[in-house]
Amino acid sequence: MIQRFLKSREAILLAAIFALTALIWTRFPGFVEPANLARVFNDTSPLIILAMGQMVVILTRCIDLSVAANLALSGMVVAMINAAFPGIPIPLLLALAVGMGAVMGSINGLLVWKLDIPPIVVTLGTMTIYRGFIFLISKGSWINAHQMSPAFKDLPRADLFGLPVLSWIAIVVVLGFLLLTSRTALGRSFFAVGGNPHAAVYTGINVGRTQCIAFIISGALAGLTGYLWVARYAVAYVDIAGGFELDVVAACVIGGISIAGGIGSVGGALLGALFLGIVKNALPVVDISPFWQLAISGGAIIIAVAFNSGSLRSKGRVILRKAEHTA
Amino acid sequence: MSLSDRHIPDRLTSPLQRLFRSWEALLVVVAVAIFITNSLASPYFLNAWNLSDATFNFTEKAMIAFAMALLIISGEIDLSVASIIALASTAMGYAVQLGAGTPEIVVIGLLTGLICGAFNGALVTGLNLPSIVVTIGTMSLFRGISYIVLGDQAYTGYPSDFAWFGQGYVFWVISFEFTLFLALGAIYTVVLHKTNFGRAVYAIGNNPTAALFSGIRVARVKFILFLLTGLMSGIAAVCLTSRLGSTRPSIAFGWELEVVTMVVLGGVNILGGSGTIPGVILAAFVMGLVTFGFGLLNVPGIVMSIFIGLLLIGVIALPRIWSRIAARRA
Repeated sequence: MIQRFLKSREAILLAAIFALTALIWTRFPGFVEPANLARVFNDTSPLIILAMGQMVVILTRCIDLSVAANLALSGMVVAMINAAFPGIPIPLLLALAVGMGAVMGSINGLLVWKLDIPPIVVTLGTMTIYRGFIFLISKGSWINAHQMSPAFKDLPRADLFGLPVLSWIAIVVVLGFLLLTSRTALGRSFFAVGGNPHAAVYTGINVGRTQCIAFIISGALAGLTGYLWVARYAVAYVDIAGGFELDVVAACVIGGISIAGGIGSVGGALLGALFLGIVKNALPVVDISPFWQLAISGGAIIIAVAFNSGSLRSKGRVILRKAEHTA
Repeated sequence: MSLSDRHIPDRLTSPLQRLFRSWEALLVVVAVAIFITNSLASPYFLNAWNLSDATFNFTEKAMIAFAMALLIISGEIDLSVASIIALASTAMGYAVQLGAGTPEIVVIGLLTGLICGAFNGALVTGLNLPSIVVTIGTMSLFRGISYIVLGDQAYTGYPSDFAWFGQGYVFWVISFEFTLFLALGAIYTVVLHKTNFGRAVYAIGNNPTAALFSGIRVARVKFILFLLTGLMSGIAAVCLTSRLGSTRPSIAFGWELEVVTMVVLGGVNILGGSGTIPGVILAAFVMGLVTFGFGLLNVPGIVMSIFIGLLLIGVIALPRIWSRIAARRA
């Protein structure tokens, strides 16, 4: 039955996306041209990658608000290294970005796992800490396009079978998450931990460890996106991707990932991210000021979460869990 | 030995012992220590006017923290408070453009806060949604509306008598804001610790189901708490707008973090169920003294935010690490 509900949820989203593009098409046919749709997908790729990581975190009843700050710090570090030592090969920098992101994710995860601190508090705190560190290491200065090596800037934009590498990375990440959630024990344990932590313990799943792994995955993807973001826009400064964590959470909530944990799918998160991406790319086309973006993201979160409330009926269970914790 | 022979104490610890071991006592010690360090580190610290200026660092945030403390004790949270300030300030600025006088501006600011609080409360209690997600959503929605209205513009030209709320002094160095902070602190102390409503807040935070079965209108109490938080954000918006004399959509950006940190530093359990208002008042002083001291030492604002982030996590983590070490020893 849950599966049927999920299917309908994805169908609704897909229909909404089609309706949206059709609406734009009636006024601006150029928007629906394949080349432009590919551009919109490429533009949404960072959001898609981060939404995948956020999805597993939310599945385990946690939330990661530090992804944007993590992205910005990893991006700044690799940009500074590239500016100082242009000779270091790009794959090494890429690995460094992913590794740094994973370390920052593991800090979140360990605080949640070992000290049992609520995830919202942990990541609200690390969000400002990571962002502050960018200022400390860069002294507030910018790394601009001319300071980066051509190889550094070209990778995400390089053309491969007609699509930029950035888009391909997003596709690979989505495929990887499809495999992870449907074919691996770890993927299933994310759902088990979020669906019923007590039952998960009795089936031999370490709840805290699973949550920590979810945070590490989310952090590693944020690090990866950090390099891609900085290289694509060819600039790094303290405030890049400011507030982007809200878009990532919005994409997941719109995609039907239940904030109470345990319910969600890769397809839903992907469609949620695409929905937001199309809205954002369509705004300038239909001549609406970009200042509308923030309110639209917020409105979308509220509407989606109200829409999801059917799947949140299990709230009583959460309260019970809390009572058992204090006993 | 019969049962009556055994000495059974009335309480395990004397009230005095409890007072010394309390979180509030620790905060007093920390505040005094920071005060002494600051006065040694900077020759400009011990000056009545400087200290009076320092209170502006925390009074507005602390007003919101009082209501937020009640909300967190009841097991909910409101992350949209800073955005409510932005929206209320924008509404006030808009009213000024239409030629509103000071009384109308204040009423509009408070009303906007109340409406935003009611919106949060209705979503959380009416539709039974988790407050974290709802207020993450309204956090972007409220500030987003400010951006739609203002874009990259700013509202200025507030009437000169409006400036009194943020810049006026009641007596010598005692500002209006500081007086309001103390008065609200006293009111909230009475409400939380001496009224049925306060007991209901604790009961809901400890076990909402049991609270419901003991006749507490859980949804209504929570709705009132969201209203209060909105109203306090409205009051803070009046004070802040009056102090700055202008409105930008980025006003009070990131304040939700500082308000939550202040509440948690004040000893309120982030999971709900326990905490005191005097603790929050002391936490406000501690945070105000620290930021003021950093300011005198020319520490940039973003470094202070690292410190606040560390403080938020550290304050929750340290007692847990401590109790774990204590448990291992025993």
